[in-house]
Order: sequence, then structure tokens, then C-alpha cells
Amino acid sequence: MTPRAHRVVSRRRETADTWTLALEALPGQKLPLFAPGQFGMLYAFGVGEVPISVSGASTALDPLRCTVRAVGSVSSSLCATAPGELVGLRGPYGSRWPLADAVAGDVVIVAGGLGLAPLRPAIHHLLAHRNEYERVIVCYGGRSSAELLFVPELEEWRGRFDLDVDVIVDSAGSDWHGKVGVVTKLVELAAFDPENTIALMCGPEVMLRFASLTLLGRGVAKDRLYISMERNMHCAVAQCGHCQFGPMFICREGPVQRYDVIEPWLKVKEL
Amino acid sequence: MPSIEETLAATRMFRNLTPAQLSEIAALGEEAEFGDRGALMVEGEPANSFFLIRDGFVALQTEAPSGAVTIETLHDGDPVGWSWLFEPYLTHFDARSRGVTRAVRFDAATLRERCTQEPALGYELMRSFASVIVERRNATRLQLLDVYGHATVS
Repeated sequence: MTPRAHRVVSRRRETADTWTLALEALPGQKLPLFAPGQFGMLYAFGVGEVPISVSGASTALDPLRCTVRAVGSVSSSLCATAPGELVGLRGPYGSRWPLADAVAGDVVIVAGGLGLAPLRPAIHHLLAHRNEYERVIVCYGGRSSAELLFVPELEEWRGRFDLDVDVIVDSAGSDWHGKVGVVTKLVELAAFDPENTIALMCGPEVMLRFASLTLLGRGVAKDRLYISMERNMHCAVAQCGHCQFGPMFICREGPVQRYDVIEPWLKVKEL
Repeated sequence: MPSIEETLAATRMFRNLTPAQLSEIAALGEEAEFGDRGALMVEGEPANSFFLIRDGFVALQTEAPSGAVTIETLHDGDPVGWSWLFEPYLTHFDARSRGVTRAVRFDAATLRERCTQEPALGYELMRSFASVIVERRNATRLQLLDVYGHATVS
């Protein structure tokens, strides 16, 4: 429960208000191991603590990466943390993407806006174990080209022969020559075997509802859709109740949830 | 390459049409190809054609002081144009190819006459295009919600 100090190794700007921090453990300590989908609580000393998507799990060669959007005092403070300075981290918390269950089948990843961050470790895992899966498809939607995350990596992924990456934006400036529309369009266009597909989704809940309907309409079963519920989490240990969603605590039973389990609760207004 | 009739039969929006109706519509179609920035439709002109994209990428655009603004892009299997169904039968947007686009162009003016003479055909075509209009309207509403914006829609 106690945040442990970690040093910021680097800070990379993704968009005008979103940064990825790379963290390393202090001497004598180890970085915690986060499975794809799990989250951490990141602490800005003297300011506060927020749940943060782990966008890159630590390995022997890479630090832990967390992607943060500056929307309030805590997240803004975290985004302003310079390399060499310290932040607090506790975790890992929550459930993980069911990557083992997806073996030998197609994997469709649907991400919207900042939702690509918690899906990025899953994509890394799929690519590191590429031979274990059939088609791997990434459908990514954003507000505009200026607000897409991980653009250099997206371009690298698009260059691969064993990964289908498609990107679409809600509104386009003159500098955008790609697809324009909603991310559900990409799901309609994607080529996959609905009966042998697991879908992993993260993004605004409105987008998730429509994307789920599109996947269900294409024949993917409800128990093969997984959603990361990005709700307001405080304690991360199922005590404070801030993230309660029906009978579940998102910090404990989630954030990754199977669609057929949460479907009844998604329909409850103001839940 | 599948024939025009085969392509219509395989297109989801036309799934309720009878083989005879599909054949009648196919007879009014011809293959078309557009180069980069080629215009399938120009805003404000008579809507005498609609298209079914075989292979390619079409941008629906309108002119703004800053230049052409892309509202939506259309892709393989998508229809382009429904203004031919509704008065005053004028197109509302430009539809321009990005790269090379191969499509089937249908004589919409003649088809509109046929729909008046054959209400059953007209009804099914109206139903087919209505389904597309509803889908695109829902997508537009999703775009208008600006779900990725900083206001907490999620």
C-alpha cells in the first residue's frame, strides 16, 4: 500500500497534454512486474496520487513506462516531473488482458484515444510471441492526428507484415491523409474470423459500447470480448468504494472485464 | 473480378433485394476508375449517379476557407451518394479519390424513374439506403460527442 520512490529516467511528450514517463527502481530495489492490463498508483510527492496506465512493462532492458494525461493537479505535476526526479509508485493492481486465452486464434485490439496506453503492453506481448497467434489486428481511433499516441511506434507496427494496424480520426486537418470517421468503421473493415477471435478494447465508454455492438454484430461471442474499465480509482485495494461498479470493484475485479460479465451493468444509467 | 450483379448480391445493404431487382440495377451500372483526387461527385451538382466502391479510398469533403475539409472517408464495399433519392437531387459534398479507386457507377436518374414505376423496387432501395444513412448518422453523432475530448464523457 505504501508508495515506493522511483526515479524518472525519461519523459517523452506524446501529445500536447500527454506524456510517457519511464521509471527505474532506486538502488537495491526492483521494479514491480506488471502484467499487460494492470495499473499502478502513481504518486506526485506533496500533491497526490492517481491511477495510471502502465503502457510498457519493465524488462531486463527497459524501464517501466506510464502514460499520463495532464487533466488535474496530480497528473499535471506528474507530467512535469523531470528526468532524475522521484515519483511514488505502488502496484501492480487489477486484472490482466487474457492473452493466454487468445493463443491459436485471432486477436482484435480496439483502442480509442488514451485507451491505447493500457493496450500497448498487450501488443508488445503479442509481437514477442507472434507465432502463437493467428491474425493480430489493431484498430485505433483518435480525436485528431495531433492527439494520437505513440506515433513513431504506430508507424513501425504498420510496416510489419504480421500485424494489421489501422488508424482513424474523428476530424481531420489538411495534414491528415488517412481515414476519417469513428473507430467502429475500422472494426467493420477488419478481416478476422469472428468464431476464433478475442477482442481487447479500451477507450471512452461510449466508444466501447458501440465497438462492442459492432464486434457482436460481426459474430464475436460476448465471452470473447474484453474491456478495460477506466473508472475513478482511489485506494486500488477495494476499500474506498470510488470505483464500485454494480457488485464489482474495478480496482480488484477489473480494470479488464469480460463483456458478458459486465453487460447488465453497462446498461444501468448513472452507474 | 466479380460481375456488377455478383458484387451487388454480395453487398450487405442490398441483401433484401430479389435476384430480378439486383439484375435490373446491375444493368444500369458501369465500371469506373478514378485517379488521385479524381471526383466521383462535386458538391452542388445534379445527383445523377451513385457509386459502389470496389477497391479504393474516397474522401467526402466540403470547402472551408482553410481549404477542403474531410468529413468522412469511405472504403471497399461502401456506397457513395444518396442525394439522388431526395429532392432537389443535388449532391451535398465532394467525393474525391485518394490514390486509385475502382467503383461501379450507377445511372441514378434512370433508376429513380424505375422506382417511381415499380414501387416494390423503390421501397427496397429506399430501405437499403436508409440503413446506410442510419449507420452514418450514428457514426456522425459519435463524432459529435467528441468522446476523446477532455470533458469526461467516459
